[in-house]
Amino acid sequence: MSDLKRTPLYDLHVALGGKMVPFAGWEMPVQYPMGVMGEHLHTRAKAGLFDVSHMGQVLLRAPSGTAADAALALETLVPANILGLPEMRQRYGLFTAPNGGVLDDLMIANRGDHLFLVVNAACADQDIAHLQTLDGVTVEPITDRALLALQGPAAQDVLSRILPEAAAMKFMDVAILPWDGAELWVSRSGYTGEDGYEISVPAERARAFAELLLADEAVAPIGLGARDSLRLEAGMPLYGHDMSVDVTPAQAALGWSIPKLRRAEGERAGGFPGADTILPELAAGAERVRVGLRPEGRAPIREGVAIWDAENDGTLIGQVCSGGFGPSVGGPVAMAILPAGLAAGDTVWAELRGKRIPVAVADMPFIKPDYKR
Amino acid sequence: MLKYTEDHEWLKADGDEIIVGITAHASEQLGDVVFVELPEVGREVAKGEEIVVIESVKAASDIVAPIAGTITAVNEDLPDSPGAVNDDAMSAWFFRIKPADGESIDGFMDEAAYQALIG
Repeated sequence: MSDLKRTPLYDLHVALGGKMVPFAGWEMPVQYPMGVMGEHLHTRAKAGLFDVSHMGQVLLRAPSGTAADAALALETLVPANILGLPEMRQRYGLFTAPNGGVLDDLMIANRGDHLFLVVNAACADQDIAHLQTLDGVTVEPITDRALLALQGPAAQDVLSRILPEAAAMKFMDVAILPWDGAELWVSRSGYTGEDGYEISVPAERARAFAELLLADEAVAPIGLGARDSLRLEAGMPLYGHDMSVDVTPAQAALGWSIPKLRRAEGERAGGFPGADTILPELAAGAERVRVGLRPEGRAPIREGVAIWDAENDGTLIGQVCSGGFGPSVGGPVAMAILPAGLAAGDTVWAELRGKRIPVAVADMPFIKPDYKR
Repeated sequence: MLKYTEDHEWLKADGDEIIVGITAHASEQLGDVVFVELPEVGREVAKGEEIVVIESVKAASDIVAPIAGTITAVNEDLPDSPGAVNDDAMSAWFFRIKPADGESIDGFMDEAAYQALIG
């Protein structure tokens, strides 16, 4: 695994018994001795600490020194209301492609005189090159900071013992907080369906900060395996699986991230890649859309499993894009992009080992999120 | 006496039948088991035939018949509590098989050889 990159917490993962695997060019812990199921349930019951340092952290600045000018530039790549994002608030957005597909999803924070972006690890190089095509902004990839996520109902108690200011933050607030001589970039957000925080830490202080969090008995280290089952239960899409350059925002059920003001007749309508495809589809409704699935019985239906509209014969209507066992749901859960018009409770059929098993279309998230709004 | 296969199954002779499960090593490699599908009792199986589906939180895998024979019983508790495989792999048996004529488990690994295999 010599070509793989290591995060500042690599040695800590190994010391904690993490099973290291290649992921998006990085050597990351897929699980610790607690195991995927235990880690998942621990996060929902107490708090889990995730190393997400493989994700891309980027600062976007305009020469004027205002976040507004950086926001206007970014709006030419991302169909979100970035100009209207209040200072020290964060928002979800999509990099769209000229064909109407999705290049990546990202978080955008307004930090007063610039924007802070977090992008997917596998797309980071491509996203940075994409940002560098913008005129009049400076793109500054951050390579000397780790990124941690602390997620779960105990996250506020744990973090506010170290950073008292964290307690008053609301969902999607961001803050720059001092800790022991270091500057932490904190947001109240995550990828688990739980309350929690994402915290950017200078690389050389990352291990000490992680160990301070882990010293709290409520906190356990959590690997990528449980990160995936947690986000799946939360109904959150994963880039490269539930959305891609071949899937439009409407098909990925991410139209909510494109506000009225960027849509047809809006104040800042269009002006982003693929708008000619994306906006008419949002107005008319997509022909296919990502939905939740709950298979009957205990057998998981995983990515690639064929979905049919009947138990026998019938039509192939799609395939599972993400699926597995949901430890908190206590059964299998999945997502697929299927013909529009299916409602929660409708039955479709998953082909598993030559047999078709009944699968109920289900509302997402599969669990009730608990965000501090 | 216990015997072991290269597919990480344990085999235990009981009268003229063989009880089959997977080893603790295999269950650790699989991770948390969430689904088990067992063969039908009475089914005649060929050596190497995939007869059990086992799914963990991570992946699906198969358990093969270690020898040719007839399935005489399955652990009916397992589909409802698949986690038993992780709790105690040596107790969580999957099926009993009556060897076909001429089939035997004598040639499989003993404990020492299996331990050497998994290092």
